[in-house]
Amino acid sequence: MSAPTYDLGKLHGGLRLPAHKSASTSLPIRTMPLPAQLVLPITQHVGDAAQPVVGAGDKVLKGQLIANVEGALGAPVHASSSGTVVAIESWPVSRRYGDKAPCIVIECDGDDRAFDYPRPAGSYAELAPEALLEQLVRGGIVGLGGAVFPTAQKIMQARSGDIEYLILNGVECEPYISCDDVLMREHAAEILSGAGILMHALQIDACIIAVESDKPEALRSLGDAMGELNDPRISLKQVPTIYPSGGEDQLVQLVTNLEVPSGGLPTDVGCLVQNVGTAAAVHDWIVNREPLLSRITTVTGDGVVEPMNVRARIGTPIADIVAFAGGYTDAAEVLIVGGPMTGKSITTDRVPMVKATNCILVTSRAPAIGEELACIRCGDCAVVCPVQLQPQQLFWHARADNEKKLREFGLIDCIECGCCDLVCPSHIPLTADFRTAKARMQELADEKARAERARHRFEARNDRLQRDEEQRAAELLQQKDQAKQAGPAAIAEILKRKRQQSDED
Amino acid sequence: MSTAIIIVALIALGAGIALGYAARRLPPDSSDLVEEVNNLLPQTQCAQCGYPGCRPYAAAVVDGSADINLCPPGGDDTVRRLADLLGREALPLAEQPLPAVAVIDESLCIGCLHCRNACPVDAIVGAHQFMHTVIERECTGCELCIAPCPVDCISMRPLA
Repeated sequence: MSAPTYDLGKLHGGLRLPAHKSASTSLPIRTMPLPAQLVLPITQHVGDAAQPVVGAGDKVLKGQLIANVEGALGAPVHASSSGTVVAIESWPVSRRYGDKAPCIVIECDGDDRAFDYPRPAGSYAELAPEALLEQLVRGGIVGLGGAVFPTAQKIMQARSGDIEYLILNGVECEPYISCDDVLMREHAAEILSGAGILMHALQIDACIIAVESDKPEALRSLGDAMGELNDPRISLKQVPTIYPSGGEDQLVQLVTNLEVPSGGLPTDVGCLVQNVGTAAAVHDWIVNREPLLSRITTVTGDGVVEPMNVRARIGTPIADIVAFAGGYTDAAEVLIVGGPMTGKSITTDRVPMVKATNCILVTSRAPAIGEELACIRCGDCAVVCPVQLQPQQLFWHARADNEKKLREFGLIDCIECGCCDLVCPSHIPLTADFRTAKARMQELADEKARAERARHRFEARNDRLQRDEEQRAAELLQQKDQAKQAGPAAIAEILKRKRQQSDED
Repeated sequence: MSTAIIIVALIALGAGIALGYAARRLPPDSSDLVEEVNNLLPQTQCAQCGYPGCRPYAAAVVDGSADINLCPPGGDDTVRRLADLLGREALPLAEQPLPAVAVIDESLCIGCLHCRNACPVDAIVGAHQFMHTVIERECTGCELCIAPCPVDCISMRPLA
């Protein structure tokens, strides 16, 4: 067993939050039986929506492609079980913006017959990295940490730079969520195998798996698996239990002591971060030929009877998952998809679990507490802000809709972790304000881009009209010159012909 | 000797402060200013301001012959930003239309080209005696195509 190392960078701010994880980690991962119906949103990832390639009434097999990616950025969607497509329609989903999205609804037949993906002749190591990335796109693999960025495209973008480390994120710092923890406990070997595949795709030889110090079982299990595999390229690092040490940029800083520049990506400092769950999904697809059809999600909170971690098919309605966990308790009040800090509360449990759903939290009360009071400029928010922003300043400028100042004070770097909300003695919903302000800034930028395009078209049109005008004038001049050169005799000739014509009429 | 150094230093300091203040407070070069005003305008080229496009209106605003509240597509936001930039009073806009795009009823279109020629941003495609259509993502909603249509087949459809 290789020992965890402790040469760590420092994280600014952050909070030590009550973990609330033991309730869901006391049981092993339970696999959910097939639901009667699967609801698969065609957009479960960052980028362009996938386009359905099946229609209502079509029979599909487990793992069959049902929506394909068309743009440069996106991921395909596969049927998570066999059955019949009954509809492609708008369905409630849990997205940050908007409440409904087009979904493919499959009535399961219960047979779970699988689509047969041919196994490659050799191992992945014989594949060129490009071919491997192509494979990853086809498997529908996206980041399972919550941001759901298509994995292949993330690697492709990274490969254009100078990458040194692959960092596997097993930190899972947000309270209640424990799906990565149990995955590391029970599937450490798959994670390591996935790490090998990802390193091959990146063509690098260093992988750091980062795990929070409050997960001794996961650390032990990973350590044992590493001892067995004995791959010197992979190392294990323990990071302190501070929220949000699992944020991508924060983790890079903790592990490498390099700060990701403002507006930049971890690739700017030579790192690529992937969730441990993503690595396991990569292994399942490349080695076992199973596309991303299921994931582990945490069902927890004092609103469910038996908190646990469930492996469920993508598209399973949240109502079914909660029912599998014993159903709602009498105390259940609020349903949140994601964790208590960054999740989104939803109003219906018809919402399906998607690739991004790492947690289903049912609590007895809303996390927001107290009435909003005036800002007293205490600066507590700036102390805890992990990206060293000044939320109290941003708050003023966000309320005043001062785009220039918001840009100056680095709103764009806000990771919406919610630490400032939690410490604010005036209960100001800072993160919500920042989220709105960010959306507004994006809107303004879009508007500006639109105006710019209209201006280009307008100018191009004016140029064209002017060119036409000049050309016509030049032609007219040329005709006049020709007539002049031909002389009076030619003019007399033409006049004579005209006269003859009018006589004939 | 030291007096001289101090005097020169004081002059330099005074000049620096004066220049810094001037750069911040005095209006910048007017052609730059026209460009800046133009940048704040929505570039719909709709001529609703009474000028033949956004840039001519920007020039008129800068030389003082036009008010800053003549741009309906820009809305109150644009008026506010112009007021900020130029240090003038923000005047309320008479009416603020909702964002919209032109739509051609293609079953009625006779292919006369009048609307295509009227479009300031070339957002209408079509040929003589053939049906025309509006490229939605390029349409600025200026309504300049509506009046020339002889069969009244163009209408505005509000966005979202």
